[in-house]
Amino acid sequence: MQFPFLSVIVFTPLAAALVILLYKAEWKKAVRWTALAAGLFALALSVWVYIAYDKGAAGYQFIEKYDWMPMFGISLHFGVDGMSVPLVLLTGIVMVTGVMISWGIEDRPREFFAFLFILASGVFGVFASLDLFMLFFFYEIAVFPMYLLIAIWGWIKTREYAAMKLTLYLFIGSVVSLVGALVMYWTAAQQTGALTFDMLALETVKFAPEFQKIWFLPVFLGFAILGGLFPFHNWSPDGHVAAPTAVSMFHAGVLMKLGAFAALRVGIMLLPEGAKFWAPLIMSLALVNIVYGAFIASVQTDFKYVIGFSSVSHMGLVAMGFATLNADGMTGAGVQMFSHGVMTALFFAAVGMVYDRAHTREIPKLGGMVKPLPLVAIGVIVGSLVSMGMPGFSGFIAEFPIFRGIWDTKLWWMAIVAAISIVITAAYVLRVVLKVFFGDMPAELEGHITPIKPLDKIALVLLMALMIGIGILPALMVPWVETGVKHILSLLGGA
Amino acid sequence: MTTILPILPELLLLALGILILTLDPFLKKDEARRPFLGWFTVASLLAALTVSLLLARPAGAALAFGGMIRFDWLGFLFKMFFLFAAAVTALLFMDADKLNRRAEAYFLLVAAALGMCLMASAADLVMLYLAIETTSIPLYILAGFLKTDDKSTESGFKYMLFGALTSAVLLYGFSLVYGFTGKTNLYELGLHFSNFNIVAIGVTFLILAGLAFKVSLFPFHFWAPDVYEGAPTPVAGFLSTASKAAGFAVLIRLFTAVFPVLNADWSLILAILATLTMTVGNLIALTQKSVKRMLAYSSIAHAGYAMIGVVAFSELGMASVVFYLIAYALTNLLAFGIVGIVGRAAGSDEFSAYNGLSRRSAGLGLAALVAFLSLAGMPPFVGFVSKFFVFAAAVQSGWVWLAIVGVLNSIVGLYYYLNVLKAVYLYRMENEDEDRHPVPVSRPAAIALVILVAGILLIGTLFGPWFGLATRAAAALF
Repeated sequence: MQFPFLSVIVFTPLAAALVILLYKAEWKKAVRWTALAAGLFALALSVWVYIAYDKGAAGYQFIEKYDWMPMFGISLHFGVDGMSVPLVLLTGIVMVTGVMISWGIEDRPREFFAFLFILASGVFGVFASLDLFMLFFFYEIAVFPMYLLIAIWGWIKTREYAAMKLTLYLFIGSVVSLVGALVMYWTAAQQTGALTFDMLALETVKFAPEFQKIWFLPVFLGFAILGGLFPFHNWSPDGHVAAPTAVSMFHAGVLMKLGAFAALRVGIMLLPEGAKFWAPLIMSLALVNIVYGAFIASVQTDFKYVIGFSSVSHMGLVAMGFATLNADGMTGAGVQMFSHGVMTALFFAAVGMVYDRAHTREIPKLGGMVKPLPLVAIGVIVGSLVSMGMPGFSGFIAEFPIFRGIWDTKLWWMAIVAAISIVITAAYVLRVVLKVFFGDMPAELEGHITPIKPLDKIALVLLMALMIGIGILPALMVPWVETGVKHILSLLGGA
Repeated sequence: MTTILPILPELLLLALGILILTLDPFLKKDEARRPFLGWFTVASLLAALTVSLLLARPAGAALAFGGMIRFDWLGFLFKMFFLFAAAVTALLFMDADKLNRRAEAYFLLVAAALGMCLMASAADLVMLYLAIETTSIPLYILAGFLKTDDKSTESGFKYMLFGALTSAVLLYGFSLVYGFTGKTNLYELGLHFSNFNIVAIGVTFLILAGLAFKVSLFPFHFWAPDVYEGAPTPVAGFLSTASKAAGFAVLIRLFTAVFPVLNADWSLILAILATLTMTVGNLIALTQKSVKRMLAYSSIAHAGYAMIGVVAFSELGMASVVFYLIAYALTNLLAFGIVGIVGRAAGSDEFSAYNGLSRRSAGLGLAALVAFLSLAGMPPFVGFVSKFFVFAAAVQSGWVWLAIVGVLNSIVGLYYYLNVLKAVYLYRMENEDEDRHPVPVSRPAAIALVILVAGILLIGTLFGPWFGLATRAAAALF
């Protein structure tokens, strides 16, 4: 039997969290090292899964299936396809870099890392799950630690409000989808006579078109709330800003992909007819995301809010790519999920490093950071170039196909409108880079900006390397995503 | 052939009750040996549980003792659960001042558990009524056990008044049933109610009202908050879990045995009742300042969730109710256990008493996390799967709107449960000197909490076999 890669990846953080919780509160060092070790272990395995994924064979691989509750056809069914395997890798990366960047947390690090790792397990679990029940199970495991992480270690001014808002939004989304999933489950049981939550089996059930049209919206939108789709994006900038650095990284970097991914898996893949019917609506909403998010980001004065709203804008591109329902758009969206995840993790890491030293995120009050923090400046510049879709960086590899995909749909004019966002994005990210890192350092900050720690450097370099690597060599990621897209298109009727 | 097996748990409880009272005078003189009473009760309850599990498992479903008792899996499962809940509650009693050294408290607990066991298996109206009273009277006394505490006295008195009134209503319903049919056995009555008529409506209404009181369904829920708030905390925990489960056991047995054909007409009414119960319970819980009172309202809401499974009226629905009750009871026992410990340390049940709890005792903070997130229905805790199955049953029977009402309600629930966790994890004590205010957790309470946390996690993740048991219990109904 093959080594159970995926289940080990999923349960490693959970096991580490339990071990950490058994430590004494004073063992702060042990807590950090355990967290790092577990993170590296999970990352190593996810890298291996990524490399070993057989693109020629495509389809679902590394499949493991254990009975969980045979009576209802619930199983612990792991497996990844070309769409999810980059996301598993992304989670591993964000987890490790998140631990590195949170090294200095002094307030109850034991609880912090334990909750962070429970969250990570939930995220891995969703990306690797081929069972609808299991997907919900892990989805909700990923939601609740978020509340505690933001409320306890977040930015003191808004953390209570933001944490509660985020949790309630996400919970509403997931339970609405849950009802939809239950309806799908019983309807499938009526049609096929078999009780199963297995998504591979549910994919082959041809639900009646009318049924799909009714249930697609609640299921898709329920998950898309976590993906930050307009008009349900409101929780996300507040949440990003209030969260501590590592959690912002997780949150924008991985968690929002969780929503988009689940919306794709459950919404589009299980209810393809519904997706076709509602695609124009989803595209319109996503268009609002893209343009509106970019505009709002450009008028923010808080560094973190800029990034928060840019995430809304970029996640709009993901939703847009999915809603094109064609090969180009979906491939772009798949790469965008990874690219944006890495980029935004880097941004939030950088913001955190600046804030920890300057104790302000107000852009007008910052300046001249390039001298004391050269690597952070480079990181943010690379991130900015990715964010505006500059060729040679991963953002281009992601966004270009999305725009091509839009062009191929009936709503081709949206490509033009959406393209405006690129200009705005370029304007605001460059403005931020210019103001924060160049120019004169305000007198009160002089001498307070200490250099970053070696672990921070490793994290930044790792994230930058990924963005440039994929930008120069798209073959490092695109072929994986393409195999996944091919399968989705076949479900959509070979369009 | 009549054996004692169908009532073996009850007999063991009876023996235990007598033993406790007999032991009492021997320990009167010696203060240091008083805790022995608690340990003895716990150990005996667990022994009774083990013995019953080994010897008294029902083979199928059969009436026993002239039709007074139905020996089936539904009754058996609930009995085993009541023994467990009583054992855990006895552990929590040992941590509560004024309860822990009184033999009467343990005796009343055992007597109430005895009544509940009979409720779960009673198959005859006479037996049923006796069982309900056997359960209720000890609980009235327990609720008012703290004689010098006004709130407790009020609680006991209120509970007794409301309880007596609804018992009368219930009894009136039973007497009408007997008057019209000349039968008292539930399983013979079923035949007589095959036609929908005005008598059936009236009778069902009376009986439903009586039972709705026991499980605190809207609009018969008014007693619950005052009673729970005033009663000693472990008693409130026992009331809100075991007593409620016993009420539901009777409810589902009655509705499936006596009024099966009425279900189409009654389902809508029950669905509306469930909706109102959930919504009213949750909305009022939102505004509470005391965690104990908040839990009282939340327990009303939980009765509403459980009703969803009853409305579904399928085998899956009934199984989900049984599973839900057990899941909820584990969780709520834990929550009340924590409230008891914190209340003792802080002298208050207000939210502010929970400030900084995770810094004062990290373990207790984690236990609170488990309890309140499980109540909110988050995985991997048992609250998630139990809600999931209830909603699944509702959707299966076509009650999609009810499932939607249920999930929306669970969002409201999440809000106020998170508020507790906010106090536990986020807020600080006034002088930020948590280090100097540790919360002592006594050994029996710690054991109880660990068992409950382990149970919540175990059933929450490996729910298959447990739901299998619930299904087996539900199958006995149809």
